[in-house]
Amino acid sequence: MFGRDRSLTSLLNDTFIRGILFQALIAIGLLLSINWLADNTLSNLANQGKTLGFDFLTRTAGFQISPTLGTWMLDYKVGKSTYTDVYLIGIINTFIVALLGILAATVIGFTVGIMRLSDNLVFRWFSSFYVEVVRNVPLLLQLFFWYFAVLRAMPSKREKLELVEGVAGLNITGLYLPAPIVSDGFIYSFLSLIGAIAITFLVRRYALRRQAETGQILPMFWIGLSIILLLPVLVHYLNGSPLDWSLPEFKDTGPKLRQGYQSGAGMVLVPEMLAVWLALSLYTAAFIAEIVRAGILAVSRGQTEAAYALGVRPNVTLRLVVIPQAMRVIIPPLTSQYLNLTKNSSLAVAIAYPELVSVFAGTALNQVGKEVEMIFMMMMVYLTFSLMTAAFMNWFNSRVKLVER
Amino acid sequence: MTRKVIKAAPKKTTMKKAIPSDIDTQAGYVRIEDAPLLPPPPSEVGVTGWLYKNIFASMSDFGSVSAALKSVFVAASTLFILYFLVTQISGLLDFAIFSAVWSDPEGLKRQACWTVEQGGALPNGWHAACWPFIEAKAKFIFYGAYPNDDLWRVNLTYALGGFMLAWVMIERLPYRKIVGILLLTVYPVMATVLLTGGAFSISTGTIGGATILGLALITIGRLGKAGYVSGAFGDLALVAGVCGWLVILFAAVLAVFAIDFDLEAIDTRDWGGLLITLVVAITGIVASLPLGILLALGRRSEMPVARFLCTVFIEFWRGVPLITVLFMASVMLPLFMPEGVNFDMLLRALIGVTLFSAAYMAEVVRGGLQAIDKGQYEGADAVGLSYWQSMRLIILPQALTHVIPGIVNTFIGLFKDTALVSIVGIFDLLGAAQSTLADAAWSTPVQGLTGYLVVAVIFFVFCFGMSRYSMFMERKLNRSHKS
Repeated sequence: MFGRDRSLTSLLNDTFIRGILFQALIAIGLLLSINWLADNTLSNLANQGKTLGFDFLTRTAGFQISPTLGTWMLDYKVGKSTYTDVYLIGIINTFIVALLGILAATVIGFTVGIMRLSDNLVFRWFSSFYVEVVRNVPLLLQLFFWYFAVLRAMPSKREKLELVEGVAGLNITGLYLPAPIVSDGFIYSFLSLIGAIAITFLVRRYALRRQAETGQILPMFWIGLSIILLLPVLVHYLNGSPLDWSLPEFKDTGPKLRQGYQSGAGMVLVPEMLAVWLALSLYTAAFIAEIVRAGILAVSRGQTEAAYALGVRPNVTLRLVVIPQAMRVIIPPLTSQYLNLTKNSSLAVAIAYPELVSVFAGTALNQVGKEVEMIFMMMMVYLTFSLMTAAFMNWFNSRVKLVER
Repeated sequence: MTRKVIKAAPKKTTMKKAIPSDIDTQAGYVRIEDAPLLPPPPSEVGVTGWLYKNIFASMSDFGSVSAALKSVFVAASTLFILYFLVTQISGLLDFAIFSAVWSDPEGLKRQACWTVEQGGALPNGWHAACWPFIEAKAKFIFYGAYPNDDLWRVNLTYALGGFMLAWVMIERLPYRKIVGILLLTVYPVMATVLLTGGAFSISTGTIGGATILGLALITIGRLGKAGYVSGAFGDLALVAGVCGWLVILFAAVLAVFAIDFDLEAIDTRDWGGLLITLVVAITGIVASLPLGILLALGRRSEMPVARFLCTVFIEFWRGVPLITVLFMASVMLPLFMPEGVNFDMLLRALIGVTLFSAAYMAEVVRGGLQAIDKGQYEGADAVGLSYWQSMRLIILPQALTHVIPGIVNTFIGLFKDTALVSIVGIFDLLGAAQSTLADAAWSTPVQGLTGYLVVAVIFFVFCFGMSRYSMFMERKLNRSHKS
């Protein structure tokens, strides 16, 4: 038999040496398979007469992209803008719909989640019904429902469904809203808003210090609200209100082909974007509602009772005892829902909203045919965003972690 | 100083006996009988009490201005929500049942669901489900383009799977463990043969080679067990023995795939509808759990290289949307493979979906592993269990029980996510239903809503069923812990 050598035997039985051997095996195996994959890819690409490289990014793109925030910001023009512009448009459109979705989903989700804990049976019924139906039906189906069944059933191009007389209207080409026209001085209004927020923070610090010293509480909410509202408005009007609104313009007279909403007046949200926004926010809101409910239930009843026993009023108990503890439980899963929402915005490819997947990995990929590079670039965007969120989460968790003795 | 005393109720002579003698029963302020029991206040019992507690309590505080405002607000929104719920639910019932067109005896197709305005016979303004459309498309929505003559194969697969699953889930039946193992080993092979037709071109050389290799490895394992292989190589020999059995199993599966059962071969491109949804979901569920457990163990391992690789793998898949994974699987997987190897489109999607959900599963399992008390790990070490023994016998059973809700949530997410394969051109339930909407012969304004309603109900039944079963399991397992 072999292996009589004692030193070899004990060496092989040593967990540490074994670990190193095993890991070396894994690493070698991984390197070999990566090499094999890279080899295959390169030879396949060579067979198809393709090369690797990012030079396509400076070529001009020759296809239309429907008017969205991205095309407006980068002033997209067929035959003039490059594939880099297309990439950026995709990113901008993904983020704007994700941002709007996060805002709406948070509001709806918190409302529904709190309603689910209400004393009121009707509220509880409604929120359970909503959560169960929305959570158990695929997002893609909900997207199709909003896009094909609801928004496609809107009035035709030459008609409209008036939402606010003369200001907002809806038809099959989208939602028409007033567009802000910014003139020179507007930057001051904006700066004063930022200044107001900074001042509010300073006042809050003062209020906290005063409370610690004297025990007197300033009505911080009202003070902050009035600073943030009044200061920018004051600056804005003193400056001669340098902001104008361009109202959407609807014509139902004149030649038939010219009827309908006129381009150049107001702003339009394309139906694809509306559908993505609706579907994403309603879907994610159902998950957020469950998170909020669980978070509030996680705060033990003893905390509320202890606060009452100290004579703290119910409203203040909610604000200073329950919500801070609930938020500690709520925020980590909430962040991952935000991340999910951002990733789910890629479903918009199914209804051709020009976000990253649809416009870059779809249309542009078909035109250029650089699969490896373009899919890599697309994945990098999502990965970066995910890792940034994860970093934020770690920071947050370490900040709010219960400090135990 | 004496106080004015409240006059007690008139005395009753019968009660006198119960009163201790040292109390002056003549004093007017001594109460010598129980006060009569009052009925509970109406706000606590009966229909009114229930209504008060569940509805009106939240809107009956008018103590201060802000409380009154809140009460009015709650009352108004209650009314509004009630109105909304009633109109929506009755509207849905009306759409799906009461006003719906149920049959098309004359074979009018789309005209059966047209209003007078549109050229049909239904009253103007009619807006309800068109069930004959679903009836006509049912085969496509459920089976895709699977040949009509071979549908029994799909149904047989469903029936077998459903039967075995029910057997495993009903607790009173005997041999549940054996049926469960069969469900996870024999059943997938049978299902593959039944659905595809089997008779894959696998050379006898491959099967023979695998068999010989397996037998050789088993022999080494036997030798090691008998003590002929000494020292450190003895462990390796045992590992070789286990691997030998796996290789033999693999060879057996290959052999079954190679047998010609005289079933017509059906390309996966002809599969569709619910069949695809179930195949993708079930394969993903079955394959992602073991993979996820391995990844979770790797991420918690003490070996830095293994931990790093597992972490990178998990974070990569969790960081990208499923769509991009499917895009990658359909566009880039063929590039990765050597020339001549061509993956089936469905197989590519399956690989993508499995890897994707394995990463999520790994995080759920890791949560469970972290929730286990450190003493359990140390206890397992103390009684001398090896790593795999302690995982298999001590840690994983507890960890997995802890995270059943999370696992089932991942399953539900996976089931819903199967709908995305329709974006890369595979006709799953949603994709098949969506493509029937393009049929002009059935083109009506209600076509889309009818189709979506059917798909939504099917998905809802599966997902809701899974979540309820997980809640049931959770309660059951919890009880056994507490007793």
